[in-house]
Amino acid sequence: MADVVVEQGRPARAASPRKRASLRNAMGRKSTVAFFLTLPLILLIALLVLYPAFYSVYLATLNKAMTKFVGLTNFTFLFKRETFWMVVRQSCIFAITAVVFKALIGFIVAHFVHNIPGKKQRKWRGMLLVPWVIPPAMSTLAWLWLFDPSYSAFNYTLSFFGIGPIPWLGDTFWARFSVILVNVWYGAPFFLIMYLAALKSVPDQLYEAAAIDGANWWQKIWHITLPMMRNIIAITTLFSLIVTFANFDIVRILTSGGPLDRTHLFATWAFQVGIQSSDIPLGACVSLFMVPILAVAAVFILRDVNKRGNEA
Amino acid sequence: MSTLAIDKAGPTRKVKLRSMSRDRTWALRWSYFFLVLFAIFFLIPPIYMLITSLKSSAEISAATNPWWVFHPTLSNYVELLTSNQFLRFFWNSSMISIVVVIVTMLISIPAAFALARMKFWGSATLATGVFLTYLIPDSLLFIPLFKVLATVQEFTGIPLLNRWYVLVFIYPTLTVPFCTWIMIGYFASIPKELDEAALIDGASWLQTLTRIFIPVALPGLIAATIFAFTVSWAQFLYPLVFTTSIDQLVLPVGITTTLIKGDVFNWGQIMTGALLGAAPPLVIYAFLMDYYIAGLTAGATKG
Repeated sequence: MADVVVEQGRPARAASPRKRASLRNAMGRKSTVAFFLTLPLILLIALLVLYPAFYSVYLATLNKAMTKFVGLTNFTFLFKRETFWMVVRQSCIFAITAVVFKALIGFIVAHFVHNIPGKKQRKWRGMLLVPWVIPPAMSTLAWLWLFDPSYSAFNYTLSFFGIGPIPWLGDTFWARFSVILVNVWYGAPFFLIMYLAALKSVPDQLYEAAAIDGANWWQKIWHITLPMMRNIIAITTLFSLIVTFANFDIVRILTSGGPLDRTHLFATWAFQVGIQSSDIPLGACVSLFMVPILAVAAVFILRDVNKRGNEA
Repeated sequence: MSTLAIDKAGPTRKVKLRSMSRDRTWALRWSYFFLVLFAIFFLIPPIYMLITSLKSSAEISAATNPWWVFHPTLSNYVELLTSNQFLRFFWNSSMISIVVVIVTMLISIPAAFALARMKFWGSATLATGVFLTYLIPDSLLFIPLFKVLATVQEFTGIPLLNRWYVLVFIYPTLTVPFCTWIMIGYFASIPKELDEAALIDGASWLQTLTRIFIPVALPGLIAATIFAFTVSWAQFLYPLVFTTSIDQLVLPVGITTTLIKGDVFNWGQIMTGALLGAAPPLVIYAFLMDYYIAGLTAGATKG
C-alpha cells in the first residue's frame, strides 16, 4: 500500500533535485518508513525495558558493593533465609486469594448490573468503577486511616455489634486479611467492567432458547454464560494475576511489610532490601523471582489473545 | 420498570408470562439490594476521605462518631492549597503527566500506524513484543533502572537521580506499550477502502495518518490519552525510588512521605491531600467515562 505512495509522490515532484528525490525514494519505501515510524518505540523498549531487565540478571550475580562477580551466591543466600520463603508464600497467598475474590465479586456484581434496565446501568457502573479510578496510593491512605489502631472507623462501627477492637494491621492474620481486602476492593471493578462487556456480547437468543428448554439460572450460567465468556475470564484473570503478584503500592503504604515481615511481597521486599538497605544485587535477585510466574501467565495470555485474534 | 416487564409479557400467554415477569421483578429487587451493598463497600474509602477532610484535628482526635462531621471546616483545604510544598507536588505531577501523555502519543501513534497498516519484516513479532512489554511490571524494573540511572549520571555528569524530569523518560515504558496495543486495534478496524481512497487522491502516508487515521480513530486516541494520563498520575513506585528531595516529589509520594511526620499523622490533611490527588483522574472519569471504559476493555477485546 505504501509502495503506491512512492509512485504517485514522484511524478508530482519530478522537478525537485535528484538527490532529494532519491532520498524521498528511500523514505517512501515501505519498510523504511515503517522502520522510522516504529524506531522510537523500539528504542524505548530496548533501552528502558529490555536492557534493564537483562541488566538485573547481571546485577543479581554481583556482591553487595557491586565490585565483583559472585555467581549464584545471592540466590543461595536467599534460599537459606527464612524471610525469603515467607515472602514467597505470602506473595502466592496474596495473589491467588485476591484474584479469586476479585474475579468472584466482579462476576457476581456484573450480573446484578446486567440485570437492571439500561439507563440506570450507566449510573451504577459509573459508581462501582470509582475504586479503579482513584490512584491506589491515595485510596490506600484512606484504608490506612480506616484501619488506624486507635481511631479506626471500622472498629467504632463494629463495637456496636459487640465485636472487640480488631488489630487490622497489627496482627499477622488481620494484616494479611487487610492487604488482600484492599487489593480486592481496588481490583474488583476492573473485573466487573470486563465481565459486563463480555455479558453484553452474549446473544439474548441463547438465554431465550435455554428458558424455553426449561433451564434454571444455574444451568444458564454454567452452559451459556461461562462458555461464552471463557476467553475474557481467562485473559482478565491472568492479567490480574500478573498485576497482583507484582503489587507494590498497597502493601508498601498499608503495612510496609509488617508486622515482622509477614505481609511482604516480592516487590516490597525487593524495595526494602535493594533500595532502603542499598543492597542492589540482592534486591534485583529478589525481584527476579517474580519472572517465572509472570512468564507462565504471559504465555497463557498470549495464547488466548492470539486465539481470539484468529477467530475474529 | 415493572410496567416495562409487564408490557413485554404481551396479551396472549398471560398466565405463564405473568409469573415470569414477577420472577424478573424479584430478580431486579435482589439486584438492587446487592448493588447497594457493593456500592457501599466500593465507596466507603472515598467517602470517608471526604468526611475526614472536612474535620479539624480537634474533632478527629475527639472520640466522636467518625462517620459524621459535626463542625465542618475547609481549613485543611485552605492550608494545603496555600502551602507551596503541596502546590509544588501538584505542579510536578501535572507537568510530568502532561509531558508523558504527549511523548506517549508521539511514540505510539506512528508505531501503531506502521504496525496496523504496513506489513514489514518482523511486524507481527514486534506487535507481540509490544504486548509482552505491557505485561512487564514496574516492580521488576525499578532496581536495574535505578542502577542504570546512577551509572549514566556518574558517566555523563547529567543529574538524573532525584530529578523529576527523569520520570518523563521512565513513565513511557508503562504507557507506550498499552497505548500502542490499543491503537493498533483501532487502526486495524478502519476499513482499508478509506486509506486506499486517500492514496488514490494523492495523499502521502503522513496525510493518510493525520487526515484519515487520527480523526477516525479519535475515540481510541482519547481512550489512550486518558490511560496514559491516569497511569502517570497514579505511578508510585518509580518516583518513590528515583526522587527524594521534597521539591522533586510527585503528589502520591509527596503526600505519603511529607504529611506523615514521624509518628504524627495529620489525618485531616492527609485525607484532603489524597482527595485532591484523586481529583484529576476522577474528574476526567466523570466527564469521559465511556472513553475511559472503552480504553479499559479495549486491551482484551481488541487486537
